[in-house]
Amino acid sequence: MKLRPLAARQVLGSLVWPILALAIILIFNAFFTPVMFKLEIKDSHLFGSLIDILNRAAPVMLMAIGMTLVIATGGIDISVGSMSAVSGSFTTVLLVVYGVPLAWAIVIGLVVVTMLGLWNGFMVSSIGVQPIVTTLIMWVLARGIATLFANGETILFENPRYEFIANGFLFGIPFPITIVAAVFAITQLLTRRTALGLFVESVGCNPVASRYSGVNVRAIKQTVYVFTAFLAGIAGLINTANIKVADVTRSGDGLELDAILAVVIGGTSMDGGKFSLTGTIIGAIVMQTLTTTILTNGVPVQVTRVIKALVVVFIILIQSETFHSQVRSLFRRRAHEA
Amino acid sequence: MTESDPILQMQGLSKRFPGVIALDKVDFSLRCGEIRGLMGENGAGKSTLIKLMTGVYPRDEGKIFLEGREIDPRFPYEAQKMGISTVYQEVNLIPTLTVAENIFLGRQPTNSLGSLHWKRMNEGAERALERLNLKLNVRQQLSDYSLAIQQMVAIARAVDISAKILILDEPTSSLAADEVDLLFAVMRKLKAEGLGIIFVTHFLDQVFSVTDTITVLRNGQLVGDYRTAAIPKMELIASMMGKSLHEIEIRSGQGASLSGAGKEILAEAKGLGRKGSIEPFDLELRKGEVLGLAGLLGAGRTEAAELLFGIHRADQGEIRINGVPAPIHSPQKAISSGFAFCSEDRKVSGIIGDLTIRENIFLALQASKGAFRLISRKTQESIADGYISLLGISTPNADKKIKELSGGNQQKVMIARWLALHPRLLILDEPTRGIDVGAKMEVQKLILSLSQEGISIIFISSELSEVVRCSQRVAVLRDRVKIGELSGDQINESSIMHFIAEGAR
Repeated sequence: MKLRPLAARQVLGSLVWPILALAIILIFNAFFTPVMFKLEIKDSHLFGSLIDILNRAAPVMLMAIGMTLVIATGGIDISVGSMSAVSGSFTTVLLVVYGVPLAWAIVIGLVVVTMLGLWNGFMVSSIGVQPIVTTLIMWVLARGIATLFANGETILFENPRYEFIANGFLFGIPFPITIVAAVFAITQLLTRRTALGLFVESVGCNPVASRYSGVNVRAIKQTVYVFTAFLAGIAGLINTANIKVADVTRSGDGLELDAILAVVIGGTSMDGGKFSLTGTIIGAIVMQTLTTTILTNGVPVQVTRVIKALVVVFIILIQSETFHSQVRSLFRRRAHEA
Repeated sequence: MTESDPILQMQGLSKRFPGVIALDKVDFSLRCGEIRGLMGENGAGKSTLIKLMTGVYPRDEGKIFLEGREIDPRFPYEAQKMGISTVYQEVNLIPTLTVAENIFLGRQPTNSLGSLHWKRMNEGAERALERLNLKLNVRQQLSDYSLAIQQMVAIARAVDISAKILILDEPTSSLAADEVDLLFAVMRKLKAEGLGIIFVTHFLDQVFSVTDTITVLRNGQLVGDYRTAAIPKMELIASMMGKSLHEIEIRSGQGASLSGAGKEILAEAKGLGRKGSIEPFDLELRKGEVLGLAGLLGAGRTEAAELLFGIHRADQGEIRINGVPAPIHSPQKAISSGFAFCSEDRKVSGIIGDLTIRENIFLALQASKGAFRLISRKTQESIADGYISLLGISTPNADKKIKELSGGNQQKVMIARWLALHPRLLILDEPTRGIDVGAKMEVQKLILSLSQEGISIIFISSELSEVVRCSQRVAVLRDRVKIGELSGDQINESSIMHFIAEGAR
């Protein structure tokens, strides 16, 4: 029993930096845009910039939860943005063009995306193609499939129940946030209350030794790609429902990068191994808070990307062990010379 | 070069890590043309000492003098520039580059345009290898060569980088006997050229055959400096272990006295083979029997074990367990059949570096239960703590990352992983490689006590004396063919070597 507090400290220790990064951005806002912290309840629904941030970050959070597991196995999935367009395309086209009931349209949309994840996982785990190559192919293919099924068109729809996915409220909280909370809780449960998390980490850290120890390395890799695709599918539904348009060419475009950055900011190593879902969620919030902060401070559009990049570089630097020791030795040398 | 001043002198070197004093005010000196053995048990501080003098770690206290001048290497390449080159236990080269590229990595000859001068590099590499009496195709990829040859390339590289001092950190762990002799010839030649050589090893015979002086460390402290010619073997062992002599002795012949004859057969291989790996072989294993696999490096010992454990699929023959054919074509299948395999290459196929000791210990057990029946935290801890104390793994707690342990302790964790499965058959591939004398004795004792509990053991070791001491039966392999078996009174070192030398019975 005496080991538990130690483990807790280790877990907290790895979260210190992402939390610090978030705190810095929030403190900045406390001074420059205090309006951001205003929360109000209208018609028993929660509104405010902070809620808005969480709501907007929901699709990236979903992708990033899956991405965390993929990266922890030593892989990467750059096709999540494209795959998210597939669920939007299929569900919307089935609903609007073929008149399929919404529930079935959603199920089919998610099944199709999940099949794409199955393919990614098969290529990586059974054929041994490098994850970046496999998912680069899928990056192209998935958007191709999405465009093909929508016949290259942008499809508008009016369907309150569909729109609920993005704009509805459950228990006074925006529905996307509820989805993320549920997915996060389930994933956390699946990885920490079963041995799946341990297997994911062991596969990412040393696949050969994992195989020798009887871990089904293929199945683990296969599973994380499938899971990620499924979550990308849900993200795609939220994105599509939000704008009431299945915009197959732009939906989810570039979100894979935000998802990867969220994982990295959250403290999970790109080399694979130990991962932190909580860190990833904080990472995604950091990314969205940053975007919102830049926008609400009236930064000219043409420089927002540069500022975003600089801040991310800074966040990653303050997390880097190497950077810490370099700073320390710099101070030591200064003290020595003085 | 007789009584010259020391080329390297270190005074009062100390290094603390959180919770442990790795090195405590240690003095060390080395002369030109001297081969000094550096010995000690796991955690004695040998690696730390080397890492301090080569600038891998900053030191907390102490001074280092090279040729009388104080130096302060802060990075390995600084130490290298000063003339201190190191060849580590595990080959630290890049397997996908050619031999020549590896030898010249970071200092490639270029022509006036700044592009690589391949011809000069390849010729230079050949010359560097010739110095070790080695002829290789330097254009070949390094990974095409055996671990032993890769080690020699690493040494060639170190020597070629104008070394005044060459540090060999357990270079012989993976070498076969003839390769060790070759290495020793090289060391003596370099010594005659005036190099100072520090030789870290666990092989007693090798220390006595090649070194001039020996420095012994224990628990981070200097135990003593000895002249090799003047110290008896057993006294050296005792000084390393800080124990009295009779404690470390293991009754020889204990293994042989437990005759396995008459007991029921647990597992057998019939015509098991795989093209390009090992020729078909038959093997029988009785319950509670220790079967040794003997042979030179590359004789096919590991390959045989890998087929039995399903690492690779056999393309002919079959495995039977209790007389029933068992299709073992993956480690998972092997484990569910009650097999366990503690592999030879700890770094590659053993430890999961970023995971804790506890996680490393219960990983295989958990994998055998499947993902959804998680072993409770309490059970995990009691399993881990149980093996930590049973095997004497020295660590402050079970939640330390395994990569922070010394090699010998990592090895014990690996053994713990497999024991936690309560296997019927335990395959140990070089379980004592790179670990100190005391830990070796413990592993050997463990093997005997496991076999008394009824666990069958296949024991693979390059040290014949170990095989002889522990095995009730020995299968001898040569050039990827099983050439025969010895049992009972036939088992002794000379009979095995004879067998290997002369082939079939």
